[in-house]
Amino acid sequence: MCDTCGCNITPGNEHLVSNDGKLARTPDGKKAVTVLRSLLSENDRQAIHNRGHFDKHRVMAVNLMSSPGAGKTSLLEATITALGSELRIGVVEGDLETENDAQRIRAKGVPAVQISTGSACHLDAHMVHDALHKLDLASLDILFIENVGNLVCPASFDLGQHRNATLLSVTEGDDKPAKYPVIFRAADLVLLTKMDLLPFLDDFDPGRAEEQLRGLASKAPLHAVSARREDGMEPWFDWLRAETEALQRRVAAGETLRPAVQPDGARLHGLEREPDDRATGHLMAPNP
Amino acid sequence: MHELSVCNALLEQVESIARDHHAVRVDRIVLQVGPLSGVEIPLLRHAYPLAATGTVAENAELIVEALPVKVRCSQCGAESEVEANRLLCGRCGDFRTNLLSGDEMLLASLELIESAAGD
Ligand SMILES: Nc1nc2c(ncn2[C@@H]2O[C@H](COP(=O)(O)OP(=O)(O)O)[C@@H](O)[C@H]2O)c(=O)[nH]1
Ligand SMILES: [Mg+2]
Ligand SMILES: [Zn+2]
Ligand SMILES: [Zn+2]
Repeated sequence: MCDTCGCNITPGNEHLVSNDGKLARTPDGKKAVTVLRSLLSENDRQAIHNRGHFDKHRVMAVNLMSSPGAGKTSLLEATITALGSELRIGVVEGDLETENDAQRIRAKGVPAVQISTGSACHLDAHMVHDALHKLDLASLDILFIENVGNLVCPASFDLGQHRNATLLSVTEGDDKPAKYPVIFRAADLVLLTKMDLLPFLDDFDPGRAEEQLRGLASKAPLHAVSARREDGMEPWFDWLRAETEALQRRVAAGETLRPAVQPDGARLHGLEREPDDRATGHLMAPNP
Repeated sequence: MHELSVCNALLEQVESIARDHHAVRVDRIVLQVGPLSGVEIPLLRHAYPLAATGTVAENAELIVEALPVKVRCSQCGAESEVEANRLLCGRCGDFRTNLLSGDEMLLASLELIESAAGD
């Protein structure tokens, strides 16, 4: 154990402590201190607290990530239309692209809190926590957190969500998973969005996008949807239903759900990764 | 660019550890960063002086150890060093691998100068 924060030593870092004397003091008053703590451990601590809030109210929290304009808000609108009478949905809006995202959601009759991110390029666990206290979690089954449109920064910050969904619109190019491995690797589910536009794009190959996703050792299901046409959305709805039920079962058993891939801090602090028992739905067979 | 947020979080930790040890100065900060952490080392180095100004670590040397991406194959058991966007088994090519290292974003150690009073 690390004597500063009590976190675990992993195979990747144990050499730092095993080659002796890391707390050694030299005669000139210099002292070397081994820390081995995630740079974002304060955020991780807050994220665990947020997850506690969600679990207490049995609310499934889904973090939506994508580049700007990939269709997160439109996906939410179509999801609320289809599932609003079946599941009680709430939204935390952190996207700064369009000022009126929260209003678009409220117009659908569900509660939405807008986070003013200022110039931030990602949400962090503290921002989400502030928003949570403006929502009545007891009256929700699913909370969507629409992250800032950005394929880099949001992936490093745990918000306390149970699942990550990453969107890739067909107008962006099928090589995005290989260009932004961190965010696509973090996804528990990937949606190819704006599929209605595919016929007009000769250079987007959904098979290639999936092949690149599998190249990140991802077993996440990948589904092709058009929120505009409300087409292909059923597997996404089924996933939401199944994950919400899974969370409720877990919480009833005194456990929780965490994204399959976690920022390093969670692992360091001894949080187990889940067993690999999730079903995957493929457009094509993984290409070994 | 989230590296500035990461640096601010780093310095909060460094200052708190320095306080615990009654340090008057931090001379050296050692980080370990893997490519799958999402933190770009050059951006981190660039952001560091901005975040460190006026802190006990203002003049500290920042050492960033870049860690390799390593996976273990769940099919054949081989361990391989791979590219961050191609996490396939180096022996059999299977995509069902587990990450052994490469997503770290760690404050590994500090070198402090203690005050005469000590702790
Ligand atoms: N053709 C088409 N356009 C879409 C679809 N989904 C979203 N859009 C458009 O893409 C733009 C950005 O969508 P929005 O939902 O605001 O993206 P966000 O920034 O990720 O929340 C808007 O002009 C939408 O109308 C879709 O399924 N098909
Ligand atoms: Mg939006
Ligand atoms: Zn709270
Ligand atoms: Zn293998």
